[in-house]
Amino acid sequence: MSPFDGSSETVLSLEIPPRAEFVAVARLVVSTAAKSRRELADDRVADLTLALSEACTNAIEAHDAKDEADRVTVRVDEDDERLVVTVEDRGPGFDLMELPTHPAVTDPDRLNFERGLGIPIIRNLVDEVTFTSDDGGTKVSMVLHCPPSVAGMGPDDLLDLDDVDLDAAWDDAGLDDEVIP
Amino acid sequence: MDLGIEVDESRPPHVVVEVRGEVDIATAPKLREKLVELASQGAQQVVVDLDAVEFLDSTGLGVLIGGMKRLRGLDGDLTLVCTSPRILKVFEITGLNRAFTIYETVDAAVAG
Repeated sequence: MSPFDGSSETVLSLEIPPRAEFVAVARLVVSTAAKSRRELADDRVADLTLALSEACTNAIEAHDAKDEADRVTVRVDEDDERLVVTVEDRGPGFDLMELPTHPAVTDPDRLNFERGLGIPIIRNLVDEVTFTSDDGGTKVSMVLHCPPSVAGMGPDDLLDLDDVDLDAAWDDAGLDDEVIP
Repeated sequence: MDLGIEVDESRPPHVVVEVRGEVDIATAPKLREKLVELASQGAQQVVVDLDAVEFLDSTGLGVLIGGMKRLRGLDGDLTLVCTSPRILKVFEITGLNRAFTIYETVDAAVAG
């Protein structure tokens, strides 16, 4: 399902096992796609990479309660004005209204919140974010407003995955044969 | 992605923990284990040097908060060394730059 109404294009779709080692793989692939497809300053790419990491971390933690054979889907879509990164898990879902509110940063109780910082970080770093969650899973769509790259890539060009050192990323992730989809 | 951790105990009472690489859900447990180990061995003043950290997300923040609380509970503290704008931004947007004491150099952190 596209987050766009009209002429959007899916740049890439990646399925990862719900395991911690694969978050770094998702960061590498999505940051490479963002840099190659859009006009984005390095710090904006870093913002997106951090937001993605938070969304993937939440997705993987959501799967702790469910079957590890499930996959987390990371998708990158774009149109003329926006880049949209969507992370979708098949965990048990959560109620956004029941998220704890963090105490003010000057409140000593703030330090009791070692977890749960991910969603505030995402909200801070991207231009728009939507969360949808039910008992079939959670979907996080993060939007950056940015023009397409002017480096000669037309709208029909797909990301050249040759530019990504996927082998090294998979090796770093400790991928073994049994988890290859 | 491996996380490099080196411990320098040559500047008592401070223990300097130099972290290298990316701190995320996969690697943060290694840092947590090291901080817990140091606290259990009696370290009180721990300086975590983040200058060689290329990436840190909320999982890493959580470990640092946990370490700081543990050490403050033992009348010690966990302070940070960080000059990377990208890493400092994570502390700033969460407001945690006000909870941690962040120095620009290890020498400054050890001088306290």
